[in-house]
Formats: sequence, C-alpha cells, structure tokens
Amino acid sequence: MSQKAERLIDKKGLRLDGRKPDELRPVKIEVGVLSNADGSAYIEQGKNKILAAVYGPRELHPKHMALSDRTVLRCRYHMAPFSVQERKSPAPSRREVELSKVIREALEPSIFLEYYPRTGVDIFIEVLQADGGTRGASITAASLALADAGIPMRDLVAACAAGKVEDTIVLDLMDEEDKAGIADVPLALMPNLNAITLLQMDGILTLEEFESAVNLAIDGCRRIYALQKEALKAKYVSVKEVEE
Amino acid sequence: MSSVITRVKQKQIAQLIAKGKRLDGRGLTDYREIKVEQGIIERAEGSARVLLGRTEVLVGTKIEIGEPFLDTPNAGVLTVNAELVPLASSTFEPGPPDENSIELARIVDRGIRESKAIDLEKLCIEAGKRVFVVFVDVYVLNHDGNLIDASALAALGALLNTKMPKYEIEEGEVKIKPVYAPLPLRRRPITVTFAKISDQLVVDPWLEEEQVMDARLTVAIDDDGNMCAMQKGGSGYFVAKQVLEAAKVAREKAEEIRKRLEW
Repeated sequence: MSQKAERLIDKKGLRLDGRKPDELRPVKIEVGVLSNADGSAYIEQGKNKILAAVYGPRELHPKHMALSDRTVLRCRYHMAPFSVQERKSPAPSRREVELSKVIREALEPSIFLEYYPRTGVDIFIEVLQADGGTRGASITAASLALADAGIPMRDLVAACAAGKVEDTIVLDLMDEEDKAGIADVPLALMPNLNAITLLQMDGILTLEEFESAVNLAIDGCRRIYALQKEALKAKYVSVKEVEE
Repeated sequence: MSSVITRVKQKQIAQLIAKGKRLDGRGLTDYREIKVEQGIIERAEGSARVLLGRTEVLVGTKIEIGEPFLDTPNAGVLTVNAELVPLASSTFEPGPPDENSIELARIVDRGIRESKAIDLEKLCIEAGKRVFVVFVDVYVLNHDGNLIDASALAALGALLNTKMPKYEIEEGEVKIKPVYAPLPLRRRPITVTFAKISDQLVVDPWLEEEQVMDARLTVAIDDDGNMCAMQKGGSGYFVAKQVLEAAKVAREKAEEIRKRLEW
C-alpha cells in the first residue's frame, strides 16, 4: 500500500468517484445468466464484472473425495488474464488459492450440506474485470448462483468491504482506495442470522476504527442483500411474463 | 486435516468449553507453554524454532539478490512460504503446497507485511534493478494445532535473528562482503488465534480442539496494540460481538506474549 500524491478524499469529504464515505458503488446483479450451469449469477459492482456458476449436486470426481454424510462444496475463484492492468497469468496464483478457500468457507455455513450425501457442488467464479473488492462481489454472486441452482440454504450470503482511506472509514473500496488506502476489511454476512462468514483485514486499524469498519461493512452487506433478493425475484417475474 | 478422534472425546471437549473449562486444564484465553530457540540453523541468515505445547515450527530465512516488483522499484521483496512436511502429521502428504499451507503462509506474510515490520526500502541496492529478497520459509515439524500462531512467532523470531550481508558495487557488479548487519526490522507483529467451540472463543486451540471447532479467527497485533491483519477460517461463522471481543482479547494476549518473550 504505497502512498500516492493525489488525494483520495477531497475537502468536501467526497471520494475519487464522488461517493460519500458510507456509499456503495453502483451495483447491478442478474441471476440465471448461463444456460449450461445449474445456477448462475452476474454482478457488476463499480468496474468489477464477475460471473459465478454452480454445478451440482452431482457425482463427485475423484470419487474418493465423497463424504457419506454430506455434499462436498468446492470453489474456484479465478481471474481472467485481461481483468487487471498487467496481464495476469491464467495459472492459479497463491492469492487465488487462498481466496477460493475463504470464499468457500464464507458460503459453506449457508448451505444444508447434509441434504446431499456422496455428491459434490462446484462453484466457479470468473473475475472478468477487477476493481477492488472482488472477493466480496464474488461471494454475493456465488450465493445467488447457489440459490438459482435450487440448493437449500439458511440464508443468502452478502459481502462487502469497509476500510480506512486517509483518515476516514469508508464503505466498498474501489481499486485505487484499496491500493493506496490504510486498511481494508472484507466481510460476508448472512443478514437474517447476523452471522459473519468471512472476515479478513489488512492494514493498520485501532480497535475503535475496526469496530466502526465492521459495523459499516455489515450495513453495506444489508444493502447488498436487498439488491440480491430483488435480482432473484426478477428472474422469476420475467419467467412468468414469458409463460403468459 | 482431521485424524480420527472419538466422538466421545469431541463431545467432552465441547461440553467442557460450554462450561468455561478445557480438557487440558487451561483457561479459555490461556496459551500453551511457548519455547523459542533462535539461530539454530547456521547456514540460514536467520532461524528460530518455536514450541507451542507440542506444536513445533522451524523458520529459516535466506537473503538473496533479486529484482524488485515493477510497482515498488525502490523496495526489497518479502516472500513467505510454508511447508506442511509429511513428518509433522499423518495427515500431511508430500507434494505441491495445498490450500492449507498457502493460507498459512499468506496469514504469516500479511502480519509481517501490513505492520510494515521490515523496512523494505533499506533492502534496495539499485532502484528498479537489484534488491535484496528476504525468503521466510516456514517448516512445520509437529502438528498439534494452532500452526498459525506458532508459525508467526517462529517467523518473527527468525527475522529478529536475521543478518543482512553488506555489499559493495564494483564495476556494476554487486559484491557481497563477509560482514553482516541486523535486518532492518521496525515492527514486531504477534498473531493471536481463536477457535469457536460451543459458541465460546478459546485461545490457542490444540489439534483436537481444532477438529471440534466451528470456525477460526486470527488477529495480528502490532507494537502499538493496533490491529494489522485478520483472517477468519473454517466453515462456521461469528457474530459481530464475538469479533470485537476477539480483537480486544488479542490485544491483551499479544502484549502478554511480547512481555514473556521480551520481543
């Protein structure tokens, strides 16, 4: 996180893209965008463009991985080579391996895994364009893809980051803020259960700042949750119109 | 990563924790005994072995000359790698690093990097061309739970013990001299890991507790008591109150460890 000369927050307290500290970037979500997948979703959050697809429950390969009392959830988070400024090698980086793990662990608590023993559920996430906060947007989309696949869930998982930019605690950091900011706290939430399923942090925060960042991120998750529900309903409303 | 322990014992661990007790007699926020030995690998630039109860981790550091990253031409490079070597546990297998070892390495890395522990700019030899690269290799020798805290402590121990070679530039070539200075270390991040069992937070889980836990939370604390990294793991969840409580306890525990080890 190197310091840049340009100010990330202007004299009026507005951010580079004109947002207030507690404002989300524009979010667009669509459910059921891929015809081959059992469930899918697409999200745009700022300049992030991310596709998530779910296959399963289905027979698990390799078979010895299967569990007799629950389904095996697998997750692959992957960035397209053209999604960032410098071309990213398509081979999975260590960052992608870690994010695949934490995203899986963020979604696992929401699923009734025990309903489908001896099977596997695969989540594939492709970041087509990255703009900071991709893990959060990926979770938001992947949770909808799971719902779209008809997998029984306790709640949707909504995710959003908060952080510290200059002296201000802000919501939903974009790429420039992520890189030049002081700290970043990505968080995922099952809003109806108040359950935090992903929490990471990097940068320096006091306990008090951390507390405000967590509260702001939870607030952001709740706003994204509303958008998730809207997107999920929109799919079925449009199906009905076709039938009539 | 689970070996077979009986359901009876798992139940006992969970039931005791619900009552505020632990099977090994520790309080919920007590660490196991911590032993540190530094400088035990002479060929490494720095090294430390940490015993956390029966968990044992060895960290060696090596310093080599390499190229800086494009976006930080004036800074040296820090690389953390973790090996879950097969001799450490019946559940570790030889082969390329799996997601567990990658996550372990990245949590240790984040604590050191985000606290700005190493003054990386002092590791620059020629901007944009040559810098020192610090390799921190985490070697798990015996797995009895809480590899994160043991590894982070061993990494810090090894960095505190690391010597930097001095050099001269002769006709464009870097010549390493057999004279050493300490690594420019500014901060000493300490990680504190919690397991959530029976809806309680316990500090420094040992292996059997990890097999029962719903979720895990690691908080890294810098010298000023500020937080510099955090990571949730495991397939369970936390509520906001628990997260804030963990942050507070982590600060106290980090201070305690710092005093105990005089770091």
